[in-house]
Amino acid sequence: MTDLNKAMVETYRNDFLKEVEANVEEGNWVKMCMQCGVCSGSCPFGPDWEHPPQEIFAMIRAGKRDEVLKSESMWMCTSCYNCIVRCPRELPITHIMHGLANYAHRLGIAPKMNPTRRFAKIFWDNIAKSGRVNELELSIRLYFMNGFMKGIKTGLEMLPVGLGMLKTKRLNPFGLFAHGGIKRKGELHKMLKKAYEIEDKRKGFAK
Amino acid sequence: MTDVVATNETILVVGGGISGMTAALEAAECGKDVVLVEKNPSLGGRVNQLYKYFPKLCHPTCGMEINLRRLRANKRIRVLTLSEVKTITGKPGDYTATITISPRYVNENCTACGECEKAVSTEITNPYNYGMDKTKAAYLPFAMAYPPRYVIDPSLIGTPEAEKAKAACKYDAIDLGMKEETINFKVGAVVWATGWKPYDAAKIQPYGYDRYPNVITSVEFERLMDPFGPTGGKLVRPSDGKEAKNVAFIQCAGSRDRNHLKHCSRICCMASLKQSTYVREKYADDANVSIYYIDIRAIDRFEDFYKKIQADPKVKFIKSKVANITVDKEGNPILHGVDTEGYHRYDNSHDLVVLAIGMEPSVDASRIMPGVKADASGFIDIHATTEAVFGAGCASNALDVNRSVQSATAGALRAIQVINRVSRAEA
Repeated sequence: MTDLNKAMVETYRNDFLKEVEANVEEGNWVKMCMQCGVCSGSCPFGPDWEHPPQEIFAMIRAGKRDEVLKSESMWMCTSCYNCIVRCPRELPITHIMHGLANYAHRLGIAPKMNPTRRFAKIFWDNIAKSGRVNELELSIRLYFMNGFMKGIKTGLEMLPVGLGMLKTKRLNPFGLFAHGGIKRKGELHKMLKKAYEIEDKRKGFAK
Repeated sequence: MTDVVATNETILVVGGGISGMTAALEAAECGKDVVLVEKNPSLGGRVNQLYKYFPKLCHPTCGMEINLRRLRANKRIRVLTLSEVKTITGKPGDYTATITISPRYVNENCTACGECEKAVSTEITNPYNYGMDKTKAAYLPFAMAYPPRYVIDPSLIGTPEAEKAKAACKYDAIDLGMKEETINFKVGAVVWATGWKPYDAAKIQPYGYDRYPNVITSVEFERLMDPFGPTGGKLVRPSDGKEAKNVAFIQCAGSRDRNHLKHCSRICCMASLKQSTYVREKYADDANVSIYYIDIRAIDRFEDFYKKIQADPKVKFIKSKVANITVDKEGNPILHGVDTEGYHRYDNSHDLVVLAIGMEPSVDASRIMPGVKADASGFIDIHATTEAVFGAGCASNALDVNRSVQSATAGALRAIQVINRVSRAEA
């Protein structure tokens, strides 16, 4: 268990709903759910979720902290917004799902091998470094996410697409090394650092 | 010319449904003069279009008969049908009402013999059956219509059909030259009883009311049971006339939904429980009813009725708001969703789906006159209203028949208090 996770368990002992309200993006909406089930029924990936959104909201209120935060379910959300549009109480369900996933990740208890989490992390590291996505680097990292051999295999599979893009000048092979990014990257890094500080302070992550 | 003798000691009742009739009768039986204005050609309103009431499961025609008896016995009520209130101006105890009266093209000589109906062949969609069938363009709105007088539809005027109807009438009751009239008269207080209308089901896009013929509303379902209804009392589905033995009810169709009606319409839970008995009445043990609900709101003594239906093995309760509906090749609606008791995903096929449709006020109260205030759903907000305009029945809130009648009596009493103040001031 990470230190932050321990601290949060300590702070919100036995009141997971309060913890979600305080720390999860849009978490204060969770208590408004009336368990009608329209979100779960409307979700195109619904059958693949271990716990559909409606169940997650019930689990939060039932204090099932570990079951929720360690779940793969909210990582399944593809942001189609069907649930938000149909929810009779206008809960921002999509945002809550992402909020929960992000919080679990911050606490260091999100499922380590979850592909969405890993992709999100690769994407974030990539864009935060230079302020602009290095698409070539991102794809290569993605190909090799599941091991060297798998990466070679995926790379070869994607070769015709890459060559096609090269031909139509949609891909610069030197971009891998000479990716420019934005001007004054240092300023961006300072901004992000400050944003982390503010968030950690507001949510009580930092003492 | 329609003469209406009214003073500022007269009570104007707007709407001739169960609430308006009750308010008018209660006030008149207390010795007050009443003008009762109804938009349709007959009194009776939506209650009369129901097959049965809950929880006693008796027929509304019975209540209608009692009210009509009281009405005929009372000289203090003047009934204006096909009439609508245009404006009300003035102040409590001294209002002027402007009413427009549409032509009926049939006068007081009518004996409701029905010869004009036989003479014409033109048909119009029948509003009494929510447009599910047609009626002749010379018609009696329904068997118990009051006044018991025929109506010639305006679309007939100027056609040879109208002349045929006139020629068929033995009592010189058809007057094709009738024009719309506008009249003004004084009233002291107003009881506003314009009632409700079903929410537009087509707006609930995932349920496909506008796309699937076998998805109907609860008010339409009532008409299927009526021997004078579009199917002659047969419980069959619209697409192919197949017997509707496996019927699903979807609760909160439009109600308790911030995308549609914010309020709980209060009647729909009891209406579906009641309608489950219709399916049982028609098909006995071949019947299968599924009620999809968020929570059943059977208030007070209705709990007993709910318990009785719950004990019926042919009625299944599924705690889930249906997410969407599709249809298979045979036209059977398939309901998709996830239930809350165990989070099981279902794709259930039914013969017919009934949307327990929500109620919204027929008239947005904020448009009556400046001093009349509406709540968030458009019902009259009695606490914020500064005029002597008193909401009765479903104009004031989403109410069942029983509570509408109570509300109408309360509205009549408030109006009487205003009239009594006027009388004392003038004595």
